[in-house]
Amino acid sequence: MAERRIRVMVAKPGLDGHDRGARVIARAFRDAGFEVVYTGLHQTPEEIVEAAIQEDVDMIGLSSLAGAHRFLFPRLMELLKEKGVEDIVVCGGGIIPKDDIPKLKEMGIKEIFTPGTPLNQIVEWVKENVKPRGSG
Amino acid sequence: MTDSTREIVKKVLEGDIRTVARLIRDIDDNMPGIRDVLKALYPHTGKAYVIGITGAPGVGKSTLVDQMIKHLRQKGYTVGVLAVDPTSPFTGGAILGDRVRMQRHSMDKGVFIRSMATRGQFGGITQATRSAIDVLDAMGKDIILVETVGVGQDEVDIVKTAHTTIVVVIPGMGDDIQAIKAGILEVGDIFVINKADRDGADRTLMDLRMMLEMETDRERRDEWAPPILKVQAVFDIGVEELLETIERHRSYIIERYGDLKLRSDPKRVKESLIQMLKDRLFETFLERISKSGELERRVDEISKGILDPYSACDILLKEHVV
Repeated sequence: MAERRIRVMVAKPGLDGHDRGARVIARAFRDAGFEVVYTGLHQTPEEIVEAAIQEDVDMIGLSSLAGAHRFLFPRLMELLKEKGVEDIVVCGGGIIPKDDIPKLKEMGIKEIFTPGTPLNQIVEWVKENVKPRGSG
Repeated sequence: MTDSTREIVKKVLEGDIRTVARLIRDIDDNMPGIRDVLKALYPHTGKAYVIGITGAPGVGKSTLVDQMIKHLRQKGYTVGVLAVDPTSPFTGGAILGDRVRMQRHSMDKGVFIRSMATRGQFGGITQATRSAIDVLDAMGKDIILVETVGVGQDEVDIVKTAHTTIVVVIPGMGDDIQAIKAGILEVGDIFVINKADRDGADRTLMDLRMMLEMETDRERRDEWAPPILKVQAVFDIGVEELLETIERHRSYIIERYGDLKLRSDPKRVKESLIQMLKDRLFETFLERISKSGELERRVDEISKGILDPYSACDILLKEHVV
């Protein structure tokens, strides 16, 4: 029987080595019934985008705790456009100053989740905003 | 064939990454129309060499695959990887983390890596994985590595698809070797003791050797006695030897069977055809009784004690199959 599952990628761009948050999120996504591709630490935007294409994910969740959002998030958005896969929803989470959020949203990042956001709120947001490809 | 099917087939044969990625998703999700694509791709398959890598969680399969990719690329082969991880039986979700160990190859155009979830099939390798192998084959990958969750006997499935099956164990897993002898021992063409710098590697080697020597299958005893290799995948020790051993196994298959075309072997053809029939039959049947509401009705009757499950099966089967 045909059944679309939501496929997401959880990725950590940049050099900070703290992936507890990313792992917790990955686990919450799994428990919500999503298929979660986890790429691990220290990823370049190029690697993330290439992996997202090969894995055919509907969403990329980026975790950033040390400023990577300022340089690597924009680069990633550029690459998605270049490769013609801007239909992939991108959201971010981590230590991201409030002042930076409008700029990030302007470049196409759909949502930013800051510390303290309940997991179920993030999961609900994904269910609301990310539709598996081809499911209308 | 519709225009869109023709277009997909053309792009797969050209090796277009996005088309392949999307097609595998459609196969996974069992979307309408995929069978036509697979039918059209079938004549273009059978060229790739398929290697299965299996073993219990944590033995280092993904790390080994990562190193194998490196060596195969150095030799000039293009590589496709399918990394299969289990779906949670409770939520239907899955964390596909094998990629973590292989991400350094993600920018290499000669490598295509795809994570797949088992989605409730019992075997570690599902029909979807088999079809995905065909797709990577048709896209022109020389070598396809299929990494599956090593959970015991179900892994026997992989043999029917792979040319060479590698079983990975680690030292100190005495009990696990006991467990695998029931199923996995028979399927391994090559055994790898990974993390061989750990205590107990020689003991594990001896245990394995002894079990393999008790083999009663004459072909396996006299013609291809499965080699056991000590490897430290993290440090890239023993990986080159593993590839040489795979090469030897490949020559053996050619010598023994005349070619590498597993699909001309009637025994394998029969097994995979039966498997495919089973899947299709079950799927069609389940869809029919779900849609008509009969399934729910019988479930309700059984829960209320009006009907027993044995009679329910009889009734459902009588109405639709027999």
